[in-house]
Order: sequence, then C-alpha cells, then structure tokens
Amino acid sequence: MNWGLFFDLTVSGLTLGSLYALIALGYSMVYGILKLLNFAHGDVYMVGAFLGWYALHALGGPLNPTFTGAVVLLLMFIVAMLGCGVLGVAIERFAYRPLRNAPRIAPLISALGVSIFLQNSALLIFGAAFRDYNTFALIGVKTYSIGQLFFSVPQLLTVVTAIGLMIALTVFVARSRLGKAMRSTSFDREAASMMGIDVDRVISVTFFIGSALAGAAGVMFALVFGQIYHFMGFIAGLKGFTAAVLGGIGSIPGAMVGGLIVGLAESYATGYLPQGSTFQNLYVFALLILVILIRPSGLFGRAAISKV
Amino acid sequence: MDQPPDTPRIGVDEWVASVEGKRERYTGVRGAVLQRWERLPPAARVLVFAVPAAVFPFVTSEGNLFRFGLFTLVYALLALGLNIVVGFAGLLDLGYVAFFGCGAYLYAILASPQFGYHWQAEAAIPVVVLGTAIVGLLVGLPSRRLLGDYLAILTLFFGQAFVVFVNNANRISFPFFGHVDLTGGSNGIANIDPFNFFGFKIDTTRKQYYLLLIAVALVLILLAFVNESRTGRAWRALREDPLAAEVMSIPVNRLKLLAFVFGAGVAGLTGAIYGTIATAALPGDYDVGLLITIYAIMILGGFGSIMGIVVGAVIVSSVPELLRSSANARPLFYGAILIAILVKLRPWRLLAAELGGLVAFGFAIHAVASAAYPRLVHGQSIGSGLFARGLDHWMLFPSNSVKIADVAYILLVAAIVMYPQLGRLWRAVLLPPLLYLVMFVWENLLLVQIGGATRLILLGAMLVALMNIRPQGLFGTATVEIV
Repeated sequence: MNWGLFFDLTVSGLTLGSLYALIALGYSMVYGILKLLNFAHGDVYMVGAFLGWYALHALGGPLNPTFTGAVVLLLMFIVAMLGCGVLGVAIERFAYRPLRNAPRIAPLISALGVSIFLQNSALLIFGAAFRDYNTFALIGVKTYSIGQLFFSVPQLLTVVTAIGLMIALTVFVARSRLGKAMRSTSFDREAASMMGIDVDRVISVTFFIGSALAGAAGVMFALVFGQIYHFMGFIAGLKGFTAAVLGGIGSIPGAMVGGLIVGLAESYATGYLPQGSTFQNLYVFALLILVILIRPSGLFGRAAISKV
Repeated sequence: MDQPPDTPRIGVDEWVASVEGKRERYTGVRGAVLQRWERLPPAARVLVFAVPAAVFPFVTSEGNLFRFGLFTLVYALLALGLNIVVGFAGLLDLGYVAFFGCGAYLYAILASPQFGYHWQAEAAIPVVVLGTAIVGLLVGLPSRRLLGDYLAILTLFFGQAFVVFVNNANRISFPFFGHVDLTGGSNGIANIDPFNFFGFKIDTTRKQYYLLLIAVALVLILLAFVNESRTGRAWRALREDPLAAEVMSIPVNRLKLLAFVFGAGVAGLTGAIYGTIATAALPGDYDVGLLITIYAIMILGGFGSIMGIVVGAVIVSSVPELLRSSANARPLFYGAILIAILVKLRPWRLLAAELGGLVAFGFAIHAVASAAYPRLVHGQSIGSGLFARGLDHWMLFPSNSVKIADVAYILLVAAIVMYPQLGRLWRAVLLPPLLYLVMFVWENLLLVQIGGATRLILLGAMLVALMNIRPQGLFGTATVEIV
C-alpha cells in the first residue's frame, strides 16, 4: 500500500471534512429548531468567503498587509463571521419568520428564493471572475511533515480552528443558559415558549451562530484552496447538508462526524475509485443513499416520533 | 331559529362558511369578472386560453413565436408535470430538471447521428417516456422511506449528479461494449432529428408550436381525468394530511412513488420535444436556473391549480424575455413600482404627499450633488427619449458608477430588510428616500446588467416576496390547517 498517498488523501479529507462539518452545523441547528431546510446556507458560506476577501484587501492586501499575517487572519475571520451572522439573522427575520405558520413548502420556496437572490447579487457585485486569496503571500508556503504525513499551514489552521469552534459550540450549547434554551426549543417549540423562553430570540441566535460558522468555513476554504467565486456556495451547501443528514439532522455531534465522513469519503473517492476526480460527487451521493437506506435517521439521529 | 350573532352556526364548518362570506364580498370590477368567471362552464374556461394560443402563430413573427410561444409551452408542460409531484402529492422534487434532461438525451441517443439511430417519433416517444419514468422510479425508490425534506436534498443531489454525469459520460468504459461516447460530454449531442410521425416531419417552428400545444392539451386532459379518479383524490388527501390518509388505508408510499414517476414521465416527454426544438442536448440546459424558473411558474400559479400554471408560464417566460432590452425593462419596472404604491398607499393624500416628496427629494439631491460633487451627475442614463433625458436632471448618474452602485445595492438590501421593522411614522417619512434609492440602484446597476444577473435577482426577490404575501400562490387556495 502506498502510505504517502493515503496520508495525503487523509489530510485533505480531514480539511474538507472540517469545512463540511462547520457548514453542516448551521443546517443541523436550524433544522433542529425550525424543521426548515435553509437552502440559502451555502450562499451565506460564499458571502463569508467574499467578506474575508474584502477584509484582506481593506487591510492592505496579501502582498503588503497592514499588520502581521496572524492579525490579518484573525480580523478576516471576525469580519466574515460577524457579517455572515448578521446576514443570517436578516434572512431569518425577512424570509422565514413571516412564514412560520404557513404550509411547510412555503419557507422552502422562500429559502430557494433567498439562495438565488444571494448568488446573483454576488454575481452582480463581485462579477463572474474568480478571486484569489493568495494565501502563500500572506502566511507562507511552508509544509510540515511527520514521517510521511505532509500538511500545509492553511490545512493545519483549518482543522485546528474548526475543532476549536466546534468545542466552543458544544460547550455553549451544553452549559450556557441560551444553549439550554436552544435545546429545549428544538425539543418542543411550543412547550418552550410556554416556559417563558423567548423563542424568536433563540431562533435569531441560532441563525447567527450557524451563519457565523458558515462564514468561518468560507474563509477557511478560500485559505486552503485559494479561489472563490459566486457559485461556490451551491455545491458546498449540498455537501454540508449531506453531512448533516449522514450524522442525523438536528444532532450537533452528528453534524461534526458526518462532515468528517463526507470529507474523507470524497477525498478517498478521488484517490482510489475509478475516475474519482470527475465523479467524486456521484460517489458521495451513493454514500448518502446507502446510509439513508440503512439508517434513515442518520448515524446519531433519533427516529422521529410523530404524534397526532 | 335565532342564534346569538357570535356563536358559530351549528353543522356548518367555520372555514367553509368564511369562504362563502369571502365570495359574497367580491365587489367592483374585479368581483364582477370573478363571478362571471366562476359561472362559466369548464369547456368555456379552456377556450379562453385555447383560442389565443391557437391564433398566436398567425399574428406574430417566426422569431417571436420561437422566443415566446415555444418556451412558454415547454415551461407550461414542465410545470404541469411538476405540479403532479409537488401540487398533488406534496413532494418537493428538486431533481425534476434532470428528468427533463434524461428525456432530451434519451431521444437524442435514439434519433441523431451520435449512434446512427434514426427512430420514428411514434416509436421513440414511448421509449423515452418509459425510460425516464423508470429512472424516476429508481430515484424514488430509496426515498420511499424518507421524510419530505430528505427527499428534497436527495433529488437536488440527483440533479447535480445528472449534470456531472452527462458532462463526463463521453469517456466511460463499459464492461462488455468497451469505450462508449454516451452523451458527447460538454459538447452535448448535436443535430437531433425532428420528430417524424409516419413520415410527417415536425420541422418548422409553427409545426413544433402546434405539437407542443397538442401535448399540453393531452397532459391537461390526462390531469383532468386523474384529478377526478381514485388516485387523484388519494393524492390530494395525502397532500393535505399524510397521516390521516394512511389511517384511511390509502397506500401512502406507493402513491407518492406513483406521483414521482408520473411527473418524471411528463418531464421526459417535454425533454424529447425540447431536444427537437433546440436540435441539441447540452448539459448546461438542465441546471438549477431552469429548476428555479419552473418552480417560480408553479408557485406563481399556485400549488395544484392548473389554470394558475398556464398563467404563470406565460408570465415567467415572457417577462424575462421582455426584460432583455432596457427599452422594455424600464416601463415594466416603474409600472410595477407605481402599481404597488397605488395599491398600498390608501388615502390619496398620503399617496400624493409621498410622490411629491419623492420628486422633491430627487431634485434636492440632484441640486446638492451638482453643487458639491459634480462627478456624481456626470454620467447619463441608458437609452434615449424624453424619459431618459428627463431622468438626467433628477437622478444621480455618477461618472464611475460601478463602485458607488455596488455600495448602494448593499445599502438598499439592508434598507429593505430594516424597513418593515420601523414604526408607521418613520415608514411614511423614509419612503421617498427608499424609493429614490431603489431607482438609483435600478438605473445605475440593474439596468446596466439587465441581460445577466438582474433577471434572476428579480426572480429570487419575487419568490421571497410572494411567499411573504401569499404563501399559497396567486391562484392557489389556502389549505386549511386543523390543529
């Protein structure tokens, strides 16, 4: 067995996987509370990548940044996460909240509308050309190795940041008062509002956190892969959703594990399966169908009990 | 029997009673038209659409027939098929366009120089429809166990997978046949034969138009029969409440699958026809843009309303075509804004004050800008004519409009999101500046890119707005939620 290739694929799979996991978290949290497929989530991720790009260029660009690389990176993440969080809250307020008691299909259509609106607004403003982060100029080209395991700085940064964000989220949901309110809202919205929980506020916070994570993922994607464009959110959103479904939608640890599985599967498919680089998405699709056939509620999901 | 006014009437469902009340409230011109319309027999209602559609080719040019007629009918057919899946059975099928593509590619394989087959249409069409239906069955089978939302994502993925597949299926090697160029890759399959029914070739635009019209009529008749059948009733029942339907021993899963396959079949038929119109099957034609368009048609018309779909198809296919040129786009846009204001601002004094405020605001801004920052008024509006030249004296046209317009666009989106949160007074005061901002962005950004992103932006915004105002669509009836 070629261990070098295996390690390479694993590293890139983990990198991709942590991006998908961050996107999946947003889907999963929103779905857990509103039972809504937020199709616009992938486009929020795209907006995050562009916000990061603008922040980078507002700070002098990758070639002669105003501060050292680390500070610039931090500011990029802050701008992208805050901007996307606000965007997510606005989307919820404007497109989903008025439809909370409408037939189930109405918010889905509204989400589709928001998605196409964001995509084409980005096309209008950013243009159709690819933008480049030029990560090499910003934080260097150095590659580290442990034995045959090679990884670059952006890859390491992505995995570590993603893990950090996920731990922070887990602690927030498990320990804080607001996290508790989120859990109870997702368990039973009506009962939660009767217990004096401000459900609207909890939903806003959920959208803020989910969208901020997507924004962070957008910046990370751009750091690792360099190029961003207006249509990048669509396929990433699809993969993120696949990850959320794989892990069991509505479950936070499920979204993380699901993301890693999808990322690794895509990476291994690229390397090992016939014509993997063209058909990688088909292989991920097949994996999704397989998991759904065996465990319809996902790996970590509970079977839904519906009462009349 | 006398009853106190506030108690509900015994034996009459409250919702049914309120519908009758609504019907009685039809007043004015709209009420008269609606009442007339509801009294018409169904056959006469069909004639209202059928006669203009049949006459259309004789009053317009070949190019217009192609741009407006053919595409409207293709969209209408697609939306009718999707309506079975979404409107009747309540499944959110986001891979629908892939079945359309399947139909086009299957027909292209059977009747083009790609493999040298040149099948007659009477043999090829059943094969294409059946083949697409089988694909639909295969996609639908794993989703049988799924909840509605999972189906959405599965089908969305399938749609993507289809595009990836046809883009790359020119280098697949099969176990027994060796290397086969199945779909021509990104070049697609060109030179598709026109339909050939027993030697009668459908090769002119006008013939294609009538063929499509016949197809629409056939599907409509089929739908009318299905609607009255056991299956149609069962579909509607399970759309309203799957659980109750299952309790009534309706085989929910089988019926859902049937609806899915039925929709796929209609899409396949449409795909084959579209293939002959375009004379080529290209992977780019079957992507998300078309999916959104079809959904917009169905939603505009209203779920489950067949008449609504026809109207929706006419609107959605012709408005973007008209929007292609700025000469048409401008009156449409300002007309829509004016109508919205006329409908929304009720006491005429308020309306007059807002419009006057808007005009005054424009002149004031223009005067301040030309005095302080002359660069802001150096540009010119697009187009010619009195209106465009008049705008030059009222609207700001920065000489380097791109960057300012981008910022203004983001500001506008933020302003529109914030606007409904304001109090009444503030909304009244801030309406003229908001309208001015809308017009500024329109003139400086959207009108410039009218051929590209603008149309889809307007489509997306329309979807969101429509869902906010009327979740059941223009012609749909609100479903009753019983708690």
